[in-house]
Amino acid sequence: MRFYEFESKALLAKQGLPLPAVSRVAGTPAEAGAIAREIAGPVVLKSQVLTGGRMKAGGVLFADSPDECESAAEKILKLEINGHAPRGVLVEGRAPVAQEYYAGVIYDVLAKLPVMIFSDMGGIDIEEVAEKHPQHIAKLHFSTILPPSDFRAKELVSSLGISGSELNRLTRIVAQLARSFTQYSLTLAEINPLARLEDGSFICLDAHVDMEAEARDRQQAILEELGIGPDETRQARPPTPFEIRGAQIDAVDHRGVAGNVVEFDGDLGLVIGAGGGSLTLFDAIRRHGGKPANYCEIGGNPSVSKTCELTKLILSKTGVRKIAVMMNVVSNTRVDIVARGVIKGVIESGYDPAHKIAIFRIPGSWEQDGFKILSKYGVEYCDRSVSMFDAAGRAVAKMQQA
Amino acid sequence: MGLFIEVQVAPEASSKPAVVKKLVEVCPVNIFGEREDGGLDIIESNVDECTLCELCLDATEPGAVRVIKLYDQGQALERSA
Amino acid sequence: MSILITRDTTFIIQGITGREAVNVTRECLDYGSKIVGGVTPGRAGREVYGVPVYDTVAQIASKTRVDGSIITVPAPFARDAAFEAIEAGIKTMVIVTERIPRGDVAQMVELAKLRAARIIGPNCLGIISPGEAKMGGLGGRAEDARKAFSKGPIGVMSRSGGMTTEICNTLTAAGLGQSTAVSIGGDAIIGSTYAELMPLFDADEETKGIVIYSEPGGPMEADLARYVKEEKSRLPIVAFMAGRFMDEMPGMRFGHAGTIVEGKADTAAEKIQRLEEAGITVAERIEDIPALLKKRLA
Ligand code: SF4
Repeated sequence: MRFYEFESKALLAKQGLPLPAVSRVAGTPAEAGAIAREIAGPVVLKSQVLTGGRMKAGGVLFADSPDECESAAEKILKLEINGHAPRGVLVEGRAPVAQEYYAGVIYDVLAKLPVMIFSDMGGIDIEEVAEKHPQHIAKLHFSTILPPSDFRAKELVSSLGISGSELNRLTRIVAQLARSFTQYSLTLAEINPLARLEDGSFICLDAHVDMEAEARDRQQAILEELGIGPDETRQARPPTPFEIRGAQIDAVDHRGVAGNVVEFDGDLGLVIGAGGGSLTLFDAIRRHGGKPANYCEIGGNPSVSKTCELTKLILSKTGVRKIAVMMNVVSNTRVDIVARGVIKGVIESGYDPAHKIAIFRIPGSWEQDGFKILSKYGVEYCDRSVSMFDAAGRAVAKMQQA
Repeated sequence: MGLFIEVQVAPEASSKPAVVKKLVEVCPVNIFGEREDGGLDIIESNVDECTLCELCLDATEPGAVRVIKLYDQGQALERSA
Repeated sequence: MSILITRDTTFIIQGITGREAVNVTRECLDYGSKIVGGVTPGRAGREVYGVPVYDTVAQIASKTRVDGSIITVPAPFARDAAFEAIEAGIKTMVIVTERIPRGDVAQMVELAKLRAARIIGPNCLGIISPGEAKMGGLGGRAEDARKAFSKGPIGVMSRSGGMTTEICNTLTAAGLGQSTAVSIGGDAIIGSTYAELMPLFDADEETKGIVIYSEPGGPMEADLARYVKEEKSRLPIVAFMAGRFMDEMPGMRFGHAGTIVEGKADTAAEKIQRLEEAGITVAERIEDIPALLKKRLA
């Protein structure tokens, strides 16, 4: 779950990380002008968007006077970046920078530990530094059982040959970043650039943190403090109304999962599962030249009503001509329960299951009962002797006939 | 009656508050409800959720509760060994 | 033989009185597994299908040998449950629970490593050594598990629990039984990766070949490729990669800073290339796996 720059900075400031003296978000050009007057010096204005490439897109501007600041703010507030409208514009004072650094913390999923990353070449893409100047990057894993310790940060920074008061100041900052990472259940905490000013002090010029969605409950206090409501999903792309409805269906009923509904342009609705099965089936449909209308993952034995509602949602989507109901051989999801839900959904939508369901391929637990239900309604089904790939092929063939 | 399942309870059983309480307790998908007068309420909107778990059969006298599979020529659920 | 579990493995179930745990208890017992106790705090004295319930893991471990534990408690309690099992001296934990925060998983895994214990999962369906025992929900009811899984020479590792059953069912239908199938879990950080389980399969005389199921995201396939090359594994491997369509979906790629630690092996296409370079056969379809495997075994 992504945070805006201003939220990231507010979060890091709680651990004592140094921010510019004034760092505030303006929603209008006039507000931006007022902040500039308060700063009474050169300012930088930054679009608050949840997407990269802000600099290139013209989302970062500089101004030397409050008037200039107002007109710059106007430009930024109007500018969409990668389809994202800005949440506001962050206005900060500008100070002369002596050197830029990079500090970040992330999980190394192979070492299964968090790793601190530090570079004395900040301000550019860290991947580029890693590729072109590997000697300017240091990485160090740290324990999740011991408290994040200063000495680790010191080892990290000094490994790039940094000493003196610079080492001591940087050690504090990197250790504070690591503590924020642990304390706020982050999956990414990045300061880039971290600037040393001409007077030797340090400030975080830009910051970026991601919080793990699974930890939202635990981090509710800080989320509330930052004003991030539970309805803000912060996905890479905002969910469509169809997807929101899908999420609602999943949330109403705790029995099983009928989730991860994603909308596509095609004409074949998919009631598929579970996680891995959905990926496999979606690939198979596309390999056969089919055009999926949606992606979804059912599993964990969803209730009849949940599957029914999901089916109705998919059938209500414009352009959907038929649905295919497919899963891998199931163990904890029941074939009969899914069959009931899907057939009910088709009937309640006013269609004939025999016609609307292109294929039903869910073998496994309670399949005898499931197959009886399907036969009664004349639905074409197959058992485990038909592969997922071939079942997908049958569905696509039916679409091409129809 | 649902689309797939029908649940019938013999009057001798459904009139006994103790039996009603037991049915309400055992059914994992809340098909049985208790009316204010202690009588049995079959919650129609839940009937199709029946998992055929037999717990209602186990909780009552043989023949008191019939769970019918409408998709299987009206066959009634039987207690497995 | 098999890896991780046999018919003699004794294990407990933490969270045994939960709805799904009750099912798993029944399935495992019916399959022949030795469940020596269950834990649900405050419920000591009860029984679940004849398995005695205790308040703490230590109460069981002090009385009898406990080789493993299935942990199926709600996500906020999972870390504590894993710590409790590890500190009671248990060496194999299957963590079924989904949606455990990554920091908690890292802590469990770190402690397990310190105590020379192993975690499978989280977010997995466990382990099955066909004909021996199962530890977790893999395959479902014992009768269903016997249909899909059969004893034989193939080791299976899968990031998807459901696809573990699908693949083993396909192998079984083609006459290729399995030594052990492991649902390793779908989360970013898991207790045991492909490369970490490979040495166990390599050391198991009965295992003659490996099938893996993988998905885009994460560096685990690249790490397996590295293991195969560096450690000169004796086992032929066939892999299936799901989610190829995700390569064409912008916005589903993984974080920036991630790639510098993890290497740029995120997309399905790149993973397939890495696996093939290491001599791993990549199957286009699930049903192609048995023939490809037989060719490699011949
Ligand atoms: S069989 Fe089970 S689910 Fe069905 S009515 Fe009886 S108790 Fe409820």
